[in-house]
Amino acid sequence: FSIQTILTVSRHTLPNHIVVYFLPTDSVVIATDQVNARSILMYQQNLDKIAELSSHSAMGVSGPNCDLVNFSEYISKNLALYELSNDGMKLSTHAQANFCRGELAKALRKGPFQVNVILGGYDENVPNGGSLYIMDYLGSCHKVNYGAQGYASNFTLSIMDRDWEEGMNEEQAVKIVEHCIRELNMRFLLNQSNFIIKVVDKDGVRTVKADSDPSDN
Amino acid sequence: MARRYDSSTTTFSPEGRLHQVEYAIEAINNAGTSVGILAKDGVVMASEKKVTSGLLAPARTSEKTYKLCPHATCTVAGLTADANILIDQARLRAGRYAYQYQEPIPIENLVEHVCNYKQAYTQYGGLRPFGVAFLFAGYDIHHGFQLYQSDPSGNYSGWKATVIGANNQAGKSLLKTEYGSSSSSGDEMKTDENPAKDETEMPTTVEALRLAVKVLNKTMDGAAASPDKLELFAMTLDEDGNCVHKILNAKEVEAVIAEVESETATAGDS
Repeated sequence: FSIQTILTVSRHTLPNHIVVYFLPTDSVVIATDQVNARSILMYQQNLDKIAELSSHSAMGVSGPNCDLVNFSEYISKNLALYELSNDGMKLSTHAQANFCRGELAKALRKGPFQVNVILGGYDENVPNGGSLYIMDYLGSCHKVNYGAQGYASNFTLSIMDRDWEEGMNEEQAVKIVEHCIRELNMRFLLNQSNFIIKVVDKDGVRTVKADSDPSDN
Repeated sequence: MARRYDSSTTTFSPEGRLHQVEYAIEAINNAGTSVGILAKDGVVMASEKKVTSGLLAPARTSEKTYKLCPHATCTVAGLTADANILIDQARLRAGRYAYQYQEPIPIENLVEHVCNYKQAYTQYGGLRPFGVAFLFAGYDIHHGFQLYQSDPSGNYSGWKATVIGANNQAGKSLLKTEYGSSSSSGDEMKTDENPAKDETEMPTTVEALRLAVKVLNKTMDGAAASPDKLELFAMTLDEDGNCVHKILNAKEVEAVIAEVESETATAGDS
């Protein structure tokens, strides 16, 4: 059983982790930074912080690496178990999001997961198909068209406020996400040039863009 | 000889049987009959209400039909006290699932949970099994309307039509011949140009109610059917896609009984 140390719950999420996400009509676009760093050390710059939960859903997570990895794996393995136990039946994005939120809420008064999450997925029987849910470490959950977690929100929400429209297609959405990333690279104090962008649509989850670590070659 | 292996639920006999579980199933064969039929547009369950004494206060709640959640209902055959425990379990499970996922529980999931609970009493603890069989009727978006039967062993299966309780074999044999043969196609001769349909055609809820009453007429062996002896339940969807759980009132039951009577009276007339 893990013991909570160092960081208190009341502190906002660590500055280094940024999640941006977007909902065009028939799909969901999620982007996160790829940084894994602590204190003065940069461990890696190619961390994939978008966990693929099922064939048609994914979850971008931000927070200290320990909780980020632990929580992502906990949720994605439990959802995989559901499909195995229920003859391949898929949970809807709405149900997955509520399950995830419930786990955050349960842990809150025991040993909180210090993660902020955005969960996006595609469901056939949902009008327009794509849906996006934003959750924070306190267990709040809200269905949104676009959003950001962490310091990124200070820079990018206004861009998305202005540019998001009902009925956008995936290409337009990715453009806006790239605009957000450019803005962060220009104006955010901490340099996080590496971002990974994933799209969830009727054909499943795929990576649109991922940057590599300098040590990769 | 089997006596030695009877008493403990958790011991196999040399023939590989669990006698306590079998005896529990026997107990249900003395209980009021319940028939369930899957229809195109719903599920129907009809039960025999066994009136043990005229002095009994008129029941405000049913002792056969129980709502488990907005989209599932069950009927019971067997020990009512045992049934109450399991119904509580089912309601809790449905509620907890809805809390966790904010979605209605898939019916098979609910049935399996109740059955796993029952199974524990055939393997651990030295407690006797539950003397109850259930018919579960429910709706979910994954598989539409469904009908399941479960027994004290904790086994369950999905059915198009089935019977539990007293005289269930007679009821089942009637269903075998009558389910799926709609009255219109029954008169056509099977020829090479017009082979019999391989798939049984599902009845409508209205037809299913009549068939259910027919089955109960058979299992109740000649006792005159009346609203105070029969309980008819139908589950359908309303225009908004919500489940409607309806226990028919006396007048409506009377009407179905009358239709069945006139149907059987004219059967065989060309």
